[in-house]
Amino acid sequence: MTGGKGFARLIAVVAALAAFYVFIYLPVAVLVLFSFHAGTVPVPPFEGPTLEWYAEVLGNGRVTDGIFNSILVGALSSLLAAGLGFLAAYGMARHSPPGSTVIQAAIMMPLTMSYLVIGLGLLILFSSLGFGKSLWLVGIGHVVINLPLCFAIIVSQLGGHQAALERAARDLGASEFQVIARVTVPLIWPALFAAFCLAFTFSWDEFVIAFLLTSFDVTLPVVIWSMLRTGLNPETNAAGTLVFLVSLAVAVAFELAISRRKGTSP
Amino acid sequence: MMTPASAETRARRADLRRGYGFVAPALVWTAAFFALPIAITAVWSLFTRSGRTRDTSLSLANYERFFATPGFLSALVNSLEVAAIVTVVSVLLAYPLAWLIAFRVPARWQRLALILAILPFWTSYIVRSYAWLLVLAPNGVVNQALMATGLVAEPVSIAYSRTATVIGFVHFFTMLAALTIYASLVQINPRLLQAAGDLGASAVQTFWRVTLPLSASGVAVGAFLTFLITIGDYITPQILGGNTDVVLPQLILFQITRRGDIPFAAAMSLVLMVVISVVYILAARRLRMRT
Repeated sequence: MTGGKGFARLIAVVAALAAFYVFIYLPVAVLVLFSFHAGTVPVPPFEGPTLEWYAEVLGNGRVTDGIFNSILVGALSSLLAAGLGFLAAYGMARHSPPGSTVIQAAIMMPLTMSYLVIGLGLLILFSSLGFGKSLWLVGIGHVVINLPLCFAIIVSQLGGHQAALERAARDLGASEFQVIARVTVPLIWPALFAAFCLAFTFSWDEFVIAFLLTSFDVTLPVVIWSMLRTGLNPETNAAGTLVFLVSLAVAVAFELAISRRKGTSP
Repeated sequence: MMTPASAETRARRADLRRGYGFVAPALVWTAAFFALPIAITAVWSLFTRSGRTRDTSLSLANYERFFATPGFLSALVNSLEVAAIVTVVSVLLAYPLAWLIAFRVPARWQRLALILAILPFWTSYIVRSYAWLLVLAPNGVVNQALMATGLVAEPVSIAYSRTATVIGFVHFFTMLAALTIYASLVQINPRLLQAAGDLGASAVQTFWRVTLPLSASGVAVGAFLTFLITIGDYITPQILGGNTDVVLPQLILFQITRRGDIPFAAAMSLVLMVVISVVYILAARRLRMRT
């Protein structure tokens, strides 16, 4: 590339990329900007800035309860999903039982299904068993949707080089439990952590299952959903911005765990 | 006395038992809280609502009602149309984006460019739809910009329409499909592109005959995920589309929350499940053929 033609091409590439980024960032930018809007309707022209709406959101008991409930459901369900996913991945990778493909397909099945179908199924199941709606049921549903993801992430990281170390530990007299606890888990913890983070962000963001299976104690997406009934409102912008920041923090932790994994594996 | 062979068999059997032991908790969970609920949903879809209770004699009345009522059936058609439009538009936007990042952005900036392109992926799903409502509202950013430039005199009504739903979906899935397409583009051996050029192919010919076929798997995976998630989603059509061109998930939620007609909702969710399964099976077969 020489002279004017190269330069024109560079400009075209930059302009095209810029157009894509404007499309991708437009809603986020508007959301965040108008969370600092001093007026009561988050539309231009922008007035402010003010932190009034953040004070309002953090003083709103429903929002803070929702945040607490979401963290609780997210942490517990992701822990269980990562744990069950790890056990299944370990069993598949180290003992390779006959029928592996069928078992794998069975574990991965919920991944393709609409959350609405899963949520309605759980609603019917628990109501015919006589259980009332609660956050526990939401947690059960979130394990269902996250188990396939956790399994897939962990099974892809259980490679041959750990198997050699596990065999060495077993030859030195370690029991299978000792091998898992002291060799396998320490070796693949970045994958376990990544699985946990991904599951947490999905649980943190999940709406339909949480909406169908709760009544009074609800998670944050359900609270935000009910805030939408009031139409465009800067308080909703502030709540949305906070949710974005939390998801972003967890996503960064996930990204770091993955890149660390890549850096340390031989 | 044990022969070495039988000791080996025994060890293999113990190994198998352990293998199933490790896999069992995940399988039991999936069976109890995924397969069983869907089976019960199928049974309930054969019940009918009578007043505040249920008639548990089995019939296909819900399905007949769904397929015989144009208003209900059109929701299924809307769902298929929206999912198809969203899939095509998302891939058409995602491909050039992924191509630019893979082939026109310098190697050391690529990772940053890609992360920037998918960062808003992490905004909450509900919040993202709400944010588009802010952008597309009658007095929102887009309309005020259009009026300021004098392109339109009156606000254009985009919010609460199928267009708004499609824009909201396309935003999300452009990011997702760009990721899967980028992953397949960077795997292409640069020597193949060079060889095509050396053999006299123009840049356009190289793209159509080498680059595009070699990245088809990324396109297929992106399109597949887009279609499956779009057709089962309730949030985006409800927030951005409102009550125009209602899609199947909106109808199902309406029957559950407003009408309390769980058997009818169950029948419609089974219709949705069958559509998703058919798409999945067709796509999985094609994807396997390619790889």
